[in-house]
Amino acid sequence: MINTGNKDTRSGFGAGLFELGSRNPSVVALCADLTGSLKMAEFAAAFPQRFFQCGIAEANMMGVAAGMAVTGLIPFVGTFAEFATGRVYDQLRQSICYSQTNVKIAASHAGITLGEDGATHQTMEDLALARALPHLTVVNPCDYNQTRLATLAAASWEGPVYLRFGRPSVPNFSPVDGPFEIGKAWMIHPGEDVTILATGHLVWEALEAVMVLAQKGIRAELINIHTLKPLDEEAILASARKTGAVVTAEEHLVAGGLGELVSGLVARHHPVPMRMVAMDEGFGQSGTPRELMNHYELDAAGIVKKVCELR
Amino acid sequence: MNHKIPYPVTDIIAQIRRDIIRMVTAAKSGHPGGSLSSADFMTVLFAEFLEQNPQNWKRHGKDMDMFFLSIGHISPLFYSLLARMGYFPVQELATFRKFGSRLQGHPSIEYGLPGVHVASGSLGQGLSVASGAALGKQLAGDPHKVYVLMGDGESEEGQVWEAAMFAAHNKIGNLTALTDWNRQQIDGPVNKIAGLGDLVAKWQAFGWMVLECDGHNLDAIREAFRESLKPRSKPMMILMHTNMGQGVDFMTGSHAWHGKAPSAEQETLALAQLPETLGDY
Repeated sequence: MINTGNKDTRSGFGAGLFELGSRNPSVVALCADLTGSLKMAEFAAAFPQRFFQCGIAEANMMGVAAGMAVTGLIPFVGTFAEFATGRVYDQLRQSICYSQTNVKIAASHAGITLGEDGATHQTMEDLALARALPHLTVVNPCDYNQTRLATLAAASWEGPVYLRFGRPSVPNFSPVDGPFEIGKAWMIHPGEDVTILATGHLVWEALEAVMVLAQKGIRAELINIHTLKPLDEEAILASARKTGAVVTAEEHLVAGGLGELVSGLVARHHPVPMRMVAMDEGFGQSGTPRELMNHYELDAAGIVKKVCELR
Repeated sequence: MNHKIPYPVTDIIAQIRRDIIRMVTAAKSGHPGGSLSSADFMTVLFAEFLEQNPQNWKRHGKDMDMFFLSIGHISPLFYSLLARMGYFPVQELATFRKFGSRLQGHPSIEYGLPGVHVASGSLGQGLSVASGAALGKQLAGDPHKVYVLMGDGESEEGQVWEAAMFAAHNKIGNLTALTDWNRQQIDGPVNKIAGLGDLVAKWQAFGWMVLECDGHNLDAIREAFRESLKPRSKPMMILMHTNMGQGVDFMTGSHAWHGKAPSAEQETLALAQLPETLGDY
């Protein structure tokens, strides 16, 4: 797997949305005063009739999108992940999930790698909130290419989708043309000794960890879980049966994240020793993305450490 | 309405008021107060203005008017109105709030009930949703209207005013909002709980066309709806002056009946004031 050059995942969303603009006349976009941050400007300029600037009023934006979806449109609403979940949870719940309206929630600047803005904007809880809602599909792509493909896939997916991506430039390494399928895990690197399940920005870190572990004689299997719901249970259980040990890696709190999701799955079907690379508890702080990832051990070294705990 | 209704509107309204009392009493819970205060203008809307075919209602609302109930708690009125207009059998009203019923405590789309576009119950969301549907109609070149019913107490929710700004900014002229201004909410009179100030001036200042109407005077209601049909580039708010519990003397004007079921004795007293016109379900 080669890094073809650092890019931000949000630009992958912007590129995918722009492509959808010409491909599907039902796609509309709404934004809450973050058009530049969400990389929606290209869509807005090319398709002004289908772009709706909602201002700093996220609750209303969610409802407007729900109403548009009832009439057959496919709305993408863009804001920061913190505001797309915590601020509007009740709107997300009643007008979108319970009402099963076909709204796509583009949640940018997720996680600790938001960096310098600090904890007010660094949601580390959003996957737990999104996962808990019935009818909501939850996707957390790992790089620019995958975010672009996930955006395209979300438009064809029937029902609401929570699409989570981030702010910083990170390695772009997944295949430009996929394959990408919502709900289908991506086997990146087969191995025998331990399973690493990674999502979002932590996938590249896990790839680096796999190389370090190989030098230690540990043959790790790396699977990218880009879709937390519906979870590819078959792929996870097959790998757990093969290796007998699982480490999860995510940019999220332990509470309600990928690790707890996987632990519940293996506990029900095939219990194996597990470790979780995730933030234990508490809020983040200001710093560069790299400083914060290192501090909270959400990085390659943190993954290697947890794998070694299982050996 | 595109189809003929074989009854005078006054008879439909009288029967709906009976249905409301009987449904809430049978369920031992529900919201009679606002259901009764909105009954007159809602029946006029559905019977005489809303362009929908009850036998061919579609959730996507294409080529028909759309109605959104933002105050989902007045489901007794909404369900009775839909049934009496022919959207589903009136016998189904007996299942209100019962296990396995399509008539959930607050409206839901999960059971495929005709007439319900989205769930409602958590307040403050309907105006946003209706604004989105109205924009959807504009994009599709569909000239039909979108209506939404809100409550005065509901206007304490901040999202209402986000939506008010959005609809005016986007010149959503195919949107008509109604407020059931009955001046009561669960805990007491609205002006004692969280006074709304000058509601007329507020909606005007937010860029809306505003009408005030006696929400129990059928001719005044018709006049307001006719006015709302004139071409415009602004959204319109019709503030309906009503009485909570209208039609039942011991309920009228009291917040106590916002969300309380009558006892069997109270039901008898109430029904004695409400003539059976179309036949009870």
